[in-house]
Amino acid sequence: MNRIEIEQLTKFYGERQVLDAVDLSIAPHEVVCLIGASGSGKSTLLRCINGLTEFDEGTVRLDGVDIYDESFGRTGLYKRIGIVFQAYNLFPHMSVLENITLAPIRVHGRDRREAEAAGLKLLELFGLGQYARAYPEQLSGGQQQRVAIVRSLATEPDVLLLDEVTAALDPELIGEVLKIIRDLKTSGMTMVIVTHEMGFARDVADRVCFLDGGRIVEQGNPHQLFSKPENPRTQKFLERIIAAGRLEATV
Amino acid sequence: MTRRPGKGRRQIALKDRLAPVLISLASVVLVFGAVAWFVGTAEQWPRIQRQFFSIDAMIEAAPGVARGFLVSLQIWLISLVCIGIWALVLAIFRAMSGPWFAPLRVFAIVYVDLFRGLPALLLVLLFGFGIPALNLPGLPKEGLFWGGVALILSYSAYATEVYRSGIEAVHEGQGMAAKALGLTQWQTLRYAILPQALRNVVPAMLNLVVALQKDVALLSVLGVRDAVREAQIYTARTFNYSSLVVAAILFLLATIPLARLTDHLARRDRQRRLQGAK
Repeated sequence: MNRIEIEQLTKFYGERQVLDAVDLSIAPHEVVCLIGASGSGKSTLLRCINGLTEFDEGTVRLDGVDIYDESFGRTGLYKRIGIVFQAYNLFPHMSVLENITLAPIRVHGRDRREAEAAGLKLLELFGLGQYARAYPEQLSGGQQQRVAIVRSLATEPDVLLLDEVTAALDPELIGEVLKIIRDLKTSGMTMVIVTHEMGFARDVADRVCFLDGGRIVEQGNPHQLFSKPENPRTQKFLERIIAAGRLEATV
Repeated sequence: MTRRPGKGRRQIALKDRLAPVLISLASVVLVFGAVAWFVGTAEQWPRIQRQFFSIDAMIEAAPGVARGFLVSLQIWLISLVCIGIWALVLAIFRAMSGPWFAPLRVFAIVYVDLFRGLPALLLVLLFGFGIPALNLPGLPKEGLFWGGVALILSYSAYATEVYRSGIEAVHEGQGMAAKALGLTQWQTLRYAILPQALRNVVPAMLNLVVALQKDVALLSVLGVRDAVREAQIYTARTFNYSSLVVAAILFLLATIPLARLTDHLARRDRQRRLQGAK
């Protein structure tokens, strides 16, 4: 069974249609990258998967169950699908450890000491142990984004959604964040990644979907899509990306 | 992190810094000295001094006015606590989204429109004279109590708006992150938004604190024996206005440090933001 099944997903912002009957299935442990120009609907699609953005038509299912099904309760879905944002969105008035343990303690009712021990262990696993008591503004952008990823992992989700997580980072800090994502792939995490890092998408994705005008215009394994795109719109997009020097042309 | 200037730099800077300070001092002394001289040598000055600045009258009136001022301070402090809490409740009503909270939202909006649109003096008169006149069983009958209630109701409307601006200034990504972690609307406010919002509003709130300290004097129309009322009583007896000047001095002694504190906090806050944006 597919982990995530999206059927006929349609979404309007006022008059403007941002998603046009999108179908997408994601298998367990699969890493899917969504690429496309700004405004193509990729971030909206991502946020519909965990119900953060409400959609107008269609269904999203997690392990065969509609995400609006009552069996998830109010918090069940958020526990099983984590999301990381472009701007990290860490809580600036809380220490790193408080950021990470907030949801386990307040939402999932875990014992504070137990949650803190688990949080520390998770931080150490990702090389952030020494920052547990630090506040977000004391960390670099790359460190903050790594903390944000750890925060979304603290509830042990089955699926991780990553929304342009490197777009706000200085180029020299992108690597450390991408490394974590590669490690997560190795550990078998199912991920949906919206990214502008084409080289990274080519390396890490099992499948790349190119979105344009609220539709998935073309999808396939990264080597096929990046080197022999079939759809003229994909070809044009990739030509622009290559011309901008953000992806080496593959012959 | 502050970078300390080196020794050589400091020596040059000292001379450069001293000149503007001296010029400022000299011009201040010159201007205010001239004003004092003109006023002091004016033909009518002794009369003015007797009427407003008579030392004897001031000393005579001081104990009564000071006692009244303590009453003013008490009303001020109690009102502050009530306003801080009530306005926060209203701001939370206002911030709750979703159809179930519509009545609370509407209540908060109507409340703010109503009490911000009415003069505080009108409310003080309405509550302070009107409600005790009803003679309702089980409710306090002192004008002081109801006048205080009127001030609290009025100022809470402004304070609600200050809280609201603080809540809205918190980046929307914070609410989204909290929601994505599964926090309820209330938990999002309580743990993610309000701690940041409250820090945002401190300078603006202190402005209200200063304004309220002065508006406590409105209760004197109800016969509450605050500083202004006590000063008036002295004036009515002696036809000398120095007692009001005593009250004025007491108010300034309380408000000016508060205003300085407000400026200081606002400046520090701005610096913190600039550093944060770096």
